[in-house]
Amino acid sequence: MLCGVAAASHVEMVVMNSEYEKVKNEILHILEENARARESEISRMLGISEEEVKRIIEDLERRGVIRGYRAVIDWEKAGVECVRALIEVKVSPERSTGYDTIAERIAKFPEVKTVRLVSGEYDLSVLVEGKTMRDVAYFVAEKIAPLERVRETVTHFLLKTYKEEGILYEDEKENRRLTISL
Amino acid sequence: MVIKMRTSMHDKISERVMRIRGSGIREFFDIAQRMSDVISLGVGEPDFTAPWSVREACIYALEKGYTSYTSNWGILELREAISDMIYKETGVYYNPENEIIVTTGVSEAADIAIRAVINAGDEVILHEPSYVSYEPCTIFAGGVPVSVRTHVEDEFRLNADALESKITDRTKVLILNYPNNPTGAIMRRKDLEEIADVVCEHDLIVISDEIYSKLTYEGKHVSIASLDEEMKNRTIMLNGLSKSHAMTGFRIGFASGSPVIIEAMMKIHQYTMLCAPTTAQIAALEALRDENSVERMVAEYNRRRRMIVSGLRDIGLDCFEPKGAFYAFPSIRSTGMTSEMFARNLLFEEHVVVVPGNVFGDSGEGFIRCAYTLSLHKIREALSRIERFIDRHCR
Repeated sequence: MLCGVAAASHVEMVVMNSEYEKVKNEILHILEENARARESEISRMLGISEEEVKRIIEDLERRGVIRGYRAVIDWEKAGVECVRALIEVKVSPERSTGYDTIAERIAKFPEVKTVRLVSGEYDLSVLVEGKTMRDVAYFVAEKIAPLERVRETVTHFLLKTYKEEGILYEDEKENRRLTISL
Repeated sequence: MVIKMRTSMHDKISERVMRIRGSGIREFFDIAQRMSDVISLGVGEPDFTAPWSVREACIYALEKGYTSYTSNWGILELREAISDMIYKETGVYYNPENEIIVTTGVSEAADIAIRAVINAGDEVILHEPSYVSYEPCTIFAGGVPVSVRTHVEDEFRLNADALESKITDRTKVLILNYPNNPTGAIMRRKDLEEIADVVCEHDLIVISDEIYSKLTYEGKHVSIASLDEEMKNRTIMLNGLSKSHAMTGFRIGFASGSPVIIEAMMKIHQYTMLCAPTTAQIAALEALRDENSVERMVAEYNRRRRMIVSGLRDIGLDCFEPKGAFYAFPSIRSTGMTSEMFARNLLFEEHVVVVPGNVFGDSGEGFIRCAYTLSLHKIREALSRIERFIDRHCR
């Protein structure tokens, strides 16, 4: 099964040793956890030079392993109107390219934040964002549903987010540990 | 008329308990506990919660009604899993039937280990700076604690000659705690070999508290019990899941060693604790099956370790590189303050908690213990507050 939006995997021309692999993956974990981690901090955390960190990150960005950096925002808290919906899309795949073409077509819309090919009852899982429910519903009806290979759409409006990208939306209760324990 | 004299309850307290020095530090702890906006580098337990699968297993055990006693030794399946774990980690095999006992935390294991082998007047050697429980437990057992100082120049490793110099004909036990609380020091194989020579020559028993064994950041943890058959026989190996799996509140620990000693410990355990908490034992079994969460935790601690050590050094505090546990032990001598003064002032002025090193013995004077059991974000904040504090006082 193809995954159109995932990181590209290239055949490495350069032989990567396992030490590099370990460091590279650690950097990726750190950045995934905190995209704002500064290179100086990362260099401290891993015990390698800042230049090394810079070099590796630039390389990963160039190769498309790191595809972007995003802040996770609670727009409701920010007081900004924002409505999101998860659209289940059933698609007739194309003969030669399968799901890719239609997925890429849908992905082109700026209102579409996520497009994934999934297993199960429908084919594409699409996350759409708009200012109001009406905007989102109209977008799906006018832009997605009419597409040639789209057979069916079911729209689920996101009502409440509890956790996003590994981050809890509810402020966690103050740490229950004792302030000092020997 | 007879006037009845009111007896002071103080007179009723046992002499041994009276001998435990009351720490003036208690008051400091209480104040810290009640302060707000405090960043605490004084917490000796993980900031992670026990893995969900472990908590789930515990909840399920409660649902199924596992609320009665288990065998005094601990659930056999758990002992088997412990035996596997110890073998994988140290290469030492212990028979789950009679060489392993599950206790209520390593704290209980240390206590009954001491009680099982100490006669009144026997001497127990502890390396300082030392975790606070060993001395009191020795005194409760009627033993005599003897300290050996370790030095930052040696990265707080126990030196064989220093050890030998403290041995008398009453010395019975050596308590080892590596990776070490409070210093974060570790012992390498050759260091342990030198200690083992002294141990064997003087016919000592070793109680090796290895609770931080999984938090070893350089090289692999080596247990003194793994050196040879002789040392395996002489060593009571203590370990648990509190620090590696964030299960401090579950109260699960274990001791392994020669069947004769373990059985002696069993005798005490069966009449006092009876058995470790049942649902906690079941949770522990689940924990031992989950290796991934430990790896992730260790990687996270390692990042924090590097951050805090380099951060402390940048501020101008000498800090040796701790290779185990989750403590940094920087020297604050350059500030001219005593450990307690430093800790107290830092708490009141910047609301940062550190534990003054002298709590862990005289060799800890001039140092502070900084636990990196909190997020990188909070560590950063703590470091900047400490820097402000030092700037204000020393420059």
